Amino acid sequence: MVSLTVDGQVVSVPAGWTILQTAEEFGIRIPRLCYHPDLSLAGSCRVCIVDVKDMGHYMPACATKVWPGMIVQTNSPEIRQARRDIVELLLDNHPKECQTCERDGNCELQNLAYTLGVRERLFEGKRKNLPADETGLSVIREPNKCILCGRCVRVCAEVQGVCNLSQQGRGFTTAVAPAHGAAMDKSVCIQCGQCINVCPTAAFIERDGTDDVWAALADPNKHVVIQTAPSIRAAIGEGFGCPPGTPATAKMIASLRRLGFEGVFDTNFAADLTIVEESHEFIERLTGKGGPLPLLTSCSPGWISFLEKFYPSLIPNASSCRSPMSMMSALLKTYYARKIGRDAKDIYVVAVMPCVAKKFEARRPEHYLDGRPLTDAVLTTREAIWMIRSYGIDYWGLPDLEFWNLPSDVFDSPMGTSTGAADIFGTTGGVMEATLRTAVEKVTGKTGQQIEFTEVRAVEGLREVTVHMNGTDLRIAVANGLANARTVLDKVVAGTETYHAIEVMACPGGCIGGGGQPYPPRGTKVLDPGLLARRASALYAIDKDKEFRRSHENPDIKALYADMLGAPGSHAAHELLHTTYAPRLPRGILLRGDQ
Amino acid sequence: MTIASTDNWLQVAAAAQATLSPEIVEALARARADEHPDSHLISILHLVQGRFGFLSADRLDAVAQLLGMPTAAVTGVATFYHFFRLLPLGKYRISVCLGTACYVKGASEIADRLRQELGVDFGETSGDGLFTLEGARCLGTCGLAPVVMVGDEVHAKMTPDQIPAMLESYRRKP
Repeated sequence: MVSLTVDGQVVSVPAGWTILQTAEEFGIRIPRLCYHPDLSLAGSCRVCIVDVKDMGHYMPACATKVWPGMIVQTNSPEIRQARRDIVELLLDNHPKECQTCERDGNCELQNLAYTLGVRERLFEGKRKNLPADETGLSVIREPNKCILCGRCVRVCAEVQGVCNLSQQGRGFTTAVAPAHGAAMDKSVCIQCGQCINVCPTAAFIERDGTDDVWAALADPNKHVVIQTAPSIRAAIGEGFGCPPGTPATAKMIASLRRLGFEGVFDTNFAADLTIVEESHEFIERLTGKGGPLPLLTSCSPGWISFLEKFYPSLIPNASSCRSPMSMMSALLKTYYARKIGRDAKDIYVVAVMPCVAKKFEARRPEHYLDGRPLTDAVLTTREAIWMIRSYGIDYWGLPDLEFWNLPSDVFDSPMGTSTGAADIFGTTGGVMEATLRTAVEKVTGKTGQQIEFTEVRAVEGLREVTVHMNGTDLRIAVANGLANARTVLDKVVAGTETYHAIEVMACPGGCIGGGGQPYPPRGTKVLDPGLLARRASALYAIDKDKEFRRSHENPDIKALYADMLGAPGSHAAHELLHTTYAPRLPRGILLRGDQ
Repeated sequence: MTIASTDNWLQVAAAAQATLSPEIVEALARARADEHPDSHLISILHLVQGRFGFLSADRLDAVAQLLGMPTAAVTGVATFYHFFRLLPLGKYRISVCLGTACYVKGASEIADRLRQELGVDFGETSGDGLFTLEGARCLGTCGLAPVVMVGDEVHAKMTPDQIPAMLESYRRKP
């Protein structure tokens, strides 16, 4: 333990702690900007400076470790002035576009400037004028809003293992960009959108999908339907002031209906369908009748891009199942279109996703039908929240009891039923757990088998477990955050470890921590394990309440196979529900020693 | 069942090696064997620039691939240091002296005229590939100010109006 004095109070903390950590422990929040507890230290913004006696200059609290007898002053008129000047200098090279900026109200720079008391701008000078990259299907880069804190560079390298971003150039014209300053979609970017989440301003933002959706809703010739991913209901309430972890299925459905969607569907149905197809595929491979093991899950489009760019040798291992979103869209344009007697081209499918990579996935040629995309538009959770607010819909303040006079708050049919196995898709280990729930019954031929496989819920980012199934030991790995996936995949490529199945979700925590989820409410932070746990708890609560908790028990799935698809893995199912992958250039940098 | 190989590393590595010279490929292999391959980046970029005159995009990619470093980090370093050139040099390097003596004798007007005549800024090469414009601090010939060097030839006591004729004389050279 180290004893030191912070603001006149003698405190004792473990050796190795920083001043920032120490102050936080005793209720003092030192302002910060580039610092993030889950990323490496940068110490670049200098907002967290404090006065350390006898040092002669201010020290960054995030990067200075405590020593015995240290005397720290976190507040004085001089320090407050110095911090204010630093933030003011950042602001003076920053566009004055707060009112029209997507992050207005959620911007850390804006909050910081206000908190520190910047009330006028004294240092007006030259401002950088760098070209924006607005060509990305998922991620838009706006370097003029960038303050060079480097959080995106660190999340891309340390959490995602992609290393697509770095500071390019020098001095005034420095920009954070992919190699050669290339466009995002021409780089190794996998479109996960974590750079958007960690950015304190709006230097990264998702491509807007709302204009197209408003236009479609206003078009009388279009039948506009919407589907919502499992994790949306666990996070959308945050946009309306609900605490994280508030399940909001009913109010979400009612709101979307009021926006004018003629059908509100649940991507969960397709998640159940994915499980039925994928567990069939898994059992085929286990019994030597299909492709190679380990089976890699294929629901997360950021992960699929990563696979194609960084681990092309493992492409044959990926499940050929389309993601639940694309399966649902395929069914809406065929099965549903037939049921309502409309032509597929009149149906406009919108998907609300926790994900910005889904915008890219929707434009992959593999997910087109007769020259038109299966999914016409993808909205992030943030965009859906904005549309609902912008329309003036305010159901969140209403008690549930008065819900009878609102639009219907249950999902539309056919394909309206989903099981608890689908709900947990939104969080880490969910796809694996759902697959096991079905596979264990298919393999044993008995019902009433184990439901909960809590050991595959990789809340810490990576789990490698052995699951017993009908006398067989299955080696299972579950990873979220692609740097964790690398750890497992490198072992597969090197042949040092064998697995039967690996679930990979690109984003930390799974879809609940997706690149399109609401910016964290004040008092929480992005990547916060507590925030992710609360969102996950909402999904597990919904799962527990479901009548059916195994995908193959879903009566609507049984009807779909009887009506149209025949059996899992049939030719018809493959035509509609499966896809292919290919290596993509530019190839990612190989981080293995076997060249 | 046999599965077609989807690993394109062999093609990627072959393409990367083809853009570089054998001694650079060898230096990269040595660096790769080091505990910290990335610490060799700058010296390797010097080798590439020394051999090829500038750092082309495909060679930067090749260095990244063979060194096992993120390409973004490689181009980040290459764009940070002024010494590294990302574009080929022209046939003639024009160095405008911007040292104190030349400056007071009107070097900035000379520089402006060169920019205008060539249509390029400092560090850039004219569209015909003939001239690369650069600023120099002091060429050590202050008595001849303002001075412009073209290749290894010194042009003394220049005025802006002499610039077009000077450029033309190089354009006519065989």
